[in-house]
Amino acid sequence: MKKLDMLVTGVGGQGVILTSDIIAQAAIAAGYDTKKTDTIGMSQRGGSVISHVRIGSKVHSPLIKQGEVDILLAFEKLEAARWGHYLRSRGIAIVNNLALPPLSVSLGEEQYLSDDEMLNILKQQADRIYLVNGSQRAKELGNIRTLNMFMLGCASPFIPFKISIWQDEISQHLPDKVRQINLSAFERGRKEIRNANI
Amino acid sequence: MIKLLSGNEALALGAYHAGVKVAAAYPGTPSTEILESLADYDDVYAEWSTNEQAAMEVALGAAYAGVRAMVSLKQVGLNVASDAFMAAATTGVSAGMVVVCADDPGIHSSQNEQDSRHYVKLAKVPMLEPADSQEAYEFMAYAFDISEKFDTPVLVRTTTRISHSKSVVKVDRTRAVPASQAVFQHNVAKYVMLPAYARLRHQLVEERLVKLADFSETFPSNHILRGEHRLGVVTSGVSYQYAIDALPQASFLKLGMTYPLPQNLLRQFAAQVDKLVVIEELDPFLQENIQAMGIKVSGKEFIPRAGELNPDIIEQASRSAGWLPKAPAREKIGITTELAKRPPLLCPGCPHSGIFFVLSSIGQRSKLSGSKGKPSKESKLIITGDIGCYTLGAYPPLLALDTTACMGASIGLALGMEKAGVSSKVVAVIGDSTFMHAGITGLVNAVYNSGRITLIILDNGTTAMTGHQDHPGTGISAQGKETTKVELESLVRGIGVSNVRVVDAFNLKALRASVRSSLDSTELSVIIVRGSCSMLVPKRSGPRVIDNEKCNQCDVCLLIGCPAIQSDSERITIDTALCVGDICTICQQLCPRQAISRQSETGAEELA
Repeated sequence: MKKLDMLVTGVGGQGVILTSDIIAQAAIAAGYDTKKTDTIGMSQRGGSVISHVRIGSKVHSPLIKQGEVDILLAFEKLEAARWGHYLRSRGIAIVNNLALPPLSVSLGEEQYLSDDEMLNILKQQADRIYLVNGSQRAKELGNIRTLNMFMLGCASPFIPFKISIWQDEISQHLPDKVRQINLSAFERGRKEIRNANI
Repeated sequence: MIKLLSGNEALALGAYHAGVKVAAAYPGTPSTEILESLADYDDVYAEWSTNEQAAMEVALGAAYAGVRAMVSLKQVGLNVASDAFMAAATTGVSAGMVVVCADDPGIHSSQNEQDSRHYVKLAKVPMLEPADSQEAYEFMAYAFDISEKFDTPVLVRTTTRISHSKSVVKVDRTRAVPASQAVFQHNVAKYVMLPAYARLRHQLVEERLVKLADFSETFPSNHILRGEHRLGVVTSGVSYQYAIDALPQASFLKLGMTYPLPQNLLRQFAAQVDKLVVIEELDPFLQENIQAMGIKVSGKEFIPRAGELNPDIIEQASRSAGWLPKAPAREKIGITTELAKRPPLLCPGCPHSGIFFVLSSIGQRSKLSGSKGKPSKESKLIITGDIGCYTLGAYPPLLALDTTACMGASIGLALGMEKAGVSSKVVAVIGDSTFMHAGITGLVNAVYNSGRITLIILDNGTTAMTGHQDHPGTGISAQGKETTKVELESLVRGIGVSNVRVVDAFNLKALRASVRSSLDSTELSVIIVRGSCSMLVPKRSGPRVIDNEKCNQCDVCLLIGCPAIQSDSERITIDTALCVGDICTICQQLCPRQAISRQSETGAEELA
């Protein structure tokens, strides 16, 4: 692998930052240079969150250029659309099929985009778009907070790291109590995306 | 050992390995994690100071007493600490003293976008600018050494992008602390800045700067990377990383020490290249200093002064400047839909929501849906705000703040408006941590000068916005030790305020009554609105639900701005996963049709 540029995005509280931390740590374990950077704004919860993760033999800028993202991993649909223009042509978008309408939408000031609008934005660059039911799967597993590891599982087949590296990093980043369920969520995501005929 | 560290973690580890003994800070994005990381070490004394000036003085005292000390702060924190910083620059130190200042280009979480590099010119102290976590780690050791060698505080300047990016660090040292005990060497001419002694010190400061300029020529992280001679780029910090991605063919002079500048090295580099340019974020600090040497250089003619840089901006600027050949513009992604914004919000169960709702309604400011974002011009209230999560109360639907300037300004601004003779009542709103930081002096001033303002202290028992740090009002130190708790009510009464009320942040009726009574009062009054930050409440129970039979969609509950309350054209619902339940109930107290109630246990089961 020459380089891999990845955006992980979602809404504050969905576990975006832990996910990008794990990806960067896994990159080191796989012998790569890496940088990651988050933009979280000023809120504790509920704002847009975006993580840039860059992997390669030598990484300079922590920020990815527009049009160079290989994989866009989005935990929410509006956030997927917001960063669609960062995808490179023939990039991959993996989107959790979840709409979290911002307050402005509830107040009737703005509109939440339709699925078609989102897909149209992503299609302009991506040639593979996966809309996955991550929140549903996480609920089925018994803990909605495993969404991020499910989504990471979905992205993992596109990142050439050994499965043991992922498992080690997930284990190291999560406390005992929720380790197993998160490993299961990862496994489930990995399987689900494989069945989606990649 | 290889580690993935944020810039802030690397700065802390670098300082630890360089033998820092005393570290002080006030939380401020993007610098907060530096002290948090240092607080984990038992063999470092780490404190949350009341404010940055106190932090600077504590570090300076420790450095006078012969132990390595540091301060970490954000750009506006350096403003607060500037008096002490200038003093440190004048007296010098005994053991090393390092000031880490984290600027916030792009204003991710600040009230301004200042370029703090100007401070080193004012103070005549050296500055280092790391370009990644590896340099952040290494530069702390250099900084302490330079501080001791040249008898000066050293500024290590980072930015949000350096402080909050994680990159690979080779950790090749362990902690080295000199065995000597802390000793203060009495030296009146050095430490007592009477005019006669200060004049002598000024001479030494000027001599020091000349020596530092010589040292800068040999500083190992000021180095030339030879590429094509057509273009030479002088750069530092994160701008270096963007520039080398955007201009991989160019020659670079990458500066790690950016004040004083290495004049000979710059001339040597300028002579090697056809065209010399500076790529730097915010102000033309390097550019102007290089131009002052009589070297021809450009940069800010093409690179924006405002906002955070990124590789796209550098590439675009390089093309319009002719540093890169023109390229066919990439097709822009057509976005036909205007995407809904997702600004930061007060959290569900935030103890600030209730009081802001009350202020907004008493001031006749809040508006129902469809109205765009500005408070009514005829509002009966002027509400001066301050710095913290509660600054978000300015957004719709609350529209409950008219000003946010700097730490503590709410009180002074309110008094100033009152003394100017405005006809509206003036209310100042400030958080507990901010009040401790910079509000006390303003309140003393308002009491002394017979102000009649209403001061509302939002006491959520933490410094929430920066990630829940303790402060004097919590009675817990940065290293988790129990200490003396400074009680807000006794503090306020001690200042001389007799009209002091403490009100439950989640009791709308009591909040409304106390605000009304304060506004009617002819004396200065203080309302302490007390309620824990909802993120610190471990157990949640009894989420609220809306009975859609009773609800007539009057939308009043939406005016709280609670993210758990969601509405579409059909109905209003509460997201029970977000609702904090029993501790809040603001929406339930507000609903005119009693359509909101505690979710029944059976209902909960049904939903599950």
